[in-house]
Amino acid sequence: MKKIIDFKVFLNGIWRENPILFIMLGLCPVLAVSSSIKDALGMGIAVIFVLTGSNFVISLIKNIVPSHVRIPVYIVVIATFVTITDYTLAAYSPQIHRNLGVYLPLIVVNCIILGRAEGFASKNNVINSILDGLGMGLGFTLIIFVIATIREVLGNGTFMGKALFGPDFSPFLIMIMPPGAFLVIGILIALKQKIEKGKKIC
Amino acid sequence: MLNETNLFFIFLSAFLINNILLIRFLGLCSFIGISTNIKSSIGMGIAVIFVTVMACSISWAVYNFLLLPFHLEYLRTTTFILTIASFVQFEEMIIRKKLPALYRAFGIYLPLITTNCAILASAFLGIDYKFSFIQNFVFSLGISAGYCFVIIVFATIREEIELAPIPESFRGVPIAFILAALMSLAFLGFKGLFKL
Repeated sequence: MKKIIDFKVFLNGIWRENPILFIMLGLCPVLAVSSSIKDALGMGIAVIFVLTGSNFVISLIKNIVPSHVRIPVYIVVIATFVTITDYTLAAYSPQIHRNLGVYLPLIVVNCIILGRAEGFASKNNVINSILDGLGMGLGFTLIIFVIATIREVLGNGTFMGKALFGPDFSPFLIMIMPPGAFLVIGILIALKQKIEKGKKIC
Repeated sequence: MLNETNLFFIFLSAFLINNILLIRFLGLCSFIGISTNIKSSIGMGIAVIFVTVMACSISWAVYNFLLLPFHLEYLRTTTFILTIASFVQFEEMIIRKKLPALYRAFGIYLPLITTNCAILASAFLGIDYKFSFIQNFVFSLGISAGYCFVIIVFATIREEIELAPIPESFRGVPIAFILAALMSLAFLGFKGLFKL
């Protein structure tokens, strides 16, 4: 029997079923906008909003929608939330909107969101779906924040735009260029595999 | 400004300099997932070329003839994803009926393409750059050819690397990302070629 409010659902998204590290969904925005921490946080907030909103609406309409047209319906719901986010960001923080560029409307095809709609929100009640959206969104934001921190600190010598090191510091330029993103995510996933293996032995 | 060199620059820029996989980071899910095998990479690459060129041309027409005249630009995201999804379904039906051999070759890759962000992205980018129809056509051809080229090269390397002695925690996906980093580094070298 499933509980009406289950906080485990919320925690699942942050570590145990973390969308990036464990299921490897929705990698594109993580790599593309993680060269500065501010943009990465903007992307994280956008994903949290879209994921929670679409999970909420889909769990409300799950009994009305006939099952063979459910995927197009879900996509329309998600696209609506993405459009809202797109225009809100453009109005209130045009700088971040410009930096995110084409990756913002592309949240529509981010596999995390359709995956959670199909895999969770269409089977669970409203409150749990919202919690799941928040948890998964936070898990996503956490990873994109970690990657962006590594890349910005090493590649630019700054944290949120503030210089960390003295003037003699020469940054690893490669980190803020595209190859740096692939390197960081590769090493992070290798670390995760190492941690998991350590657990199995114990 | 529509001359042959211009079109050639658009193609080369989409194909090499701003390669969709290695520089723009789009379509990575299918890239990492499918490139373990050369045969399926070739299938996916060709399917992507086919669908991207068609879907981009259709979305360009929809945007310029339907959305712009009625000032409905804000429906862009919804319209494009629906256009692409229904187009892929439609195409799948036609290919299954008319060209069963090709259908068997494409296999599961056609439906998978709907969620490939590379296609939606090329539709958006073509609109953002304000391309004409022919420029948009060449641009989408360049993007998808770049995808096809990189995924096949990458699959070839990955098949070799199966036999290499890699540290245990790097096996599988992590080494694929490190490889992608090296290839991306190589592609950065094309950057100084010319400016678009």
